[in-house]
Amino acid sequence: MDNPIIKLEGLTKCYGAFKAVNGLDLSINKGEIFGLLGPNGAGKTTTILMMMGLTEPTEGKAHVCGFNATNDPISVKRLVGYMPDSVGFYDNMTALENLMYIGELNGIPRDEVKGRALETMEMVGLEEEAIHKKTAAYSRGMKQRLGLAEVLIKQPQVIILDEPTLGIDPSGVKEFLQLIMKLSREKGLTVLLSSHHLHQVQQVCDRVGIFVKGELLVEGNIDTLSKRLFEEKTYEVNITIEDDVKFPWKDEEEVLKLDFVQHVSAKGQNIAISSSRDVTPDIVRFFVEKEYRVNGVQKKSYGLEDIYQKYFDSNLKKQIDQ
Amino acid sequence: MKAFMNSLEWSSFLTVEGQPKPFWILVRKEIAGHIRSWRFVILLVLIVLTFWGATSVAMGNLREVVAKTKDVDKLFVYLKMLTTTAGTLPPFHVFLNFLGPLLGISLGFDAINSEQQNGTLTRIMAQPVYRDNLLLSKFVSSLILVGALLFSLSLLMIGGGMVITGVLIEIEEVLRIMSFIILCTIYVGFWLGLSILLSIVFKQASTSALTTIGVWLFFTVFYQIVINIAAKTFAPAANEVSQMEMLHFNELILNLLRLAPSQLYTDATTTLLMPSVRSLGPVTMEQMAGAIPSPLPFRESLMIVWPQLCGLIAATLMCFALSYYLFMRREIRT
Repeated sequence: MDNPIIKLEGLTKCYGAFKAVNGLDLSINKGEIFGLLGPNGAGKTTTILMMMGLTEPTEGKAHVCGFNATNDPISVKRLVGYMPDSVGFYDNMTALENLMYIGELNGIPRDEVKGRALETMEMVGLEEEAIHKKTAAYSRGMKQRLGLAEVLIKQPQVIILDEPTLGIDPSGVKEFLQLIMKLSREKGLTVLLSSHHLHQVQQVCDRVGIFVKGELLVEGNIDTLSKRLFEEKTYEVNITIEDDVKFPWKDEEEVLKLDFVQHVSAKGQNIAISSSRDVTPDIVRFFVEKEYRVNGVQKKSYGLEDIYQKYFDSNLKKQIDQ
Repeated sequence: MKAFMNSLEWSSFLTVEGQPKPFWILVRKEIAGHIRSWRFVILLVLIVLTFWGATSVAMGNLREVVAKTKDVDKLFVYLKMLTTTAGTLPPFHVFLNFLGPLLGISLGFDAINSEQQNGTLTRIMAQPVYRDNLLLSKFVSSLILVGALLFSLSLLMIGGGMVITGVLIEIEEVLRIMSFIILCTIYVGFWLGLSILLSIVFKQASTSALTTIGVWLFFTVFYQIVINIAAKTFAPAANEVSQMEMLHFNELILNLLRLAPSQLYTDATTTLLMPSVRSLGPVTMEQMAGAIPSPLPFRESLMIVWPQLCGLIAATLMCFALSYYLFMRREIRT
């Protein structure tokens, strides 16, 4: 635990006056799957490029596998597999040729490279007929798999995937993420994946970091995140009734008089009530007594989506306040 | 053969720890890619046809040319094969004056930007390969290709010539033809360097191709016209100035024209392939007096074209250095 495989210290990148990444501190341990979450343009890709030594940081240091990524990128690239968000291949070569080319660039001897390439393709689930197909004819999902094969052929210690699930259909995403998880567990790989798809990240990551406007707002596993965020927060109940309520709702005052209820908002057939404790039964009883025809009662539970939304909202508000 | 390959791998230039260096893997892939591409096949056909056409015309007229008693170059049969024309087709080296740039441009115009567009650039850069190796491999692989193409063409010509005429080639001719090929390769290299440079500058392959073709057209067509118009405007009237001043003026015009790479190429090839060419500028009567009308030795011809050769190499290197500078500082993300 004390020896992180990726260690970022005060990493900053400016493009002119624009700060793409601002004083990022992060450490990731060996064997962990870390999810870097953030909206588009949050600086995820820039951070990854700095870790790979493909972009020079304006300030700060990035240590990957014990090497300084800025001064010694070649050593880092030997040990780290990186899959960019838009994977492209040489279209005039077959998938196997593409893979063998990358293998050779990583110093795999020529007589071994073919065997290794076939092995890796099998590992990522590329079928027999796909191997000798030109990559121009590949579907997006197959390209992602081939991209993963390319990352794995060098037998890396760390793999960095930039938006690996972009543009694949839902079932493909699930399969792909399970594959990553399986490989990580089997080989003890450290995985860093960036995404703006929360559900997907939720499925596989041990730890996530939420990254907005170049700053890491919060990091930790999903449970701690939601606890920390919502400990003094409210419960929310959504009630749907059959008839529209008129505005202003005549019973609003009375609902507010119930114990623990903090806020009521009514709109159309929906009434949202937030309270500091779980008072759903009281609320339902109130509605029944008032002879509303209740169609549904929904208690909200918090997932990563809400955590994410929460952080974005508070960040937005901060900006407006400024 | 295996032993030979192993002995090759001894040299640390090509390998590191028994493995080929990443640079040579890049070069091999580039060459393979070019050879398989349609555009190279088309250019190859074009050049081979031109070569065949020009040489066969020359072959047909060879008898008359060699029989001319006044011509001091008549003994260089193989050089004659490269330079003789019957008026229907220009000789091969003149053809190459505009086919060469086309070859260079077509091999280099999408070198970097197509990789960037396809998303392969980031992928290659994420491998343990130095960034400059990629650029250098693009340049070197195309030059190897062009060099090999021209070299084999001229060897074919020499072989065919031997079979047809039965005249043994002289060492002087071999040297001249080899240096002609090297010169052509450097000339193509200049256009290659320029097109690679523009492929870094412009994100779209079509923009960089058009721009390079624009530069080429400017130098082949418009540059001469502009210089000639300027010369006419600024030329002193013939009877107002001394002969020396007139000479200087001519020299100046010629030097201005030599800023165009095609002019350098023409100067250099003419001198190399026609041993009787003694000077590239105007020569006074005093200088000509006492000169024996005989072909120059190879060394002397080389001395004459040395500045041209240096100019071409310098221009090529400048393009390459500039593209190097731009590429190393470039953000590679698309």
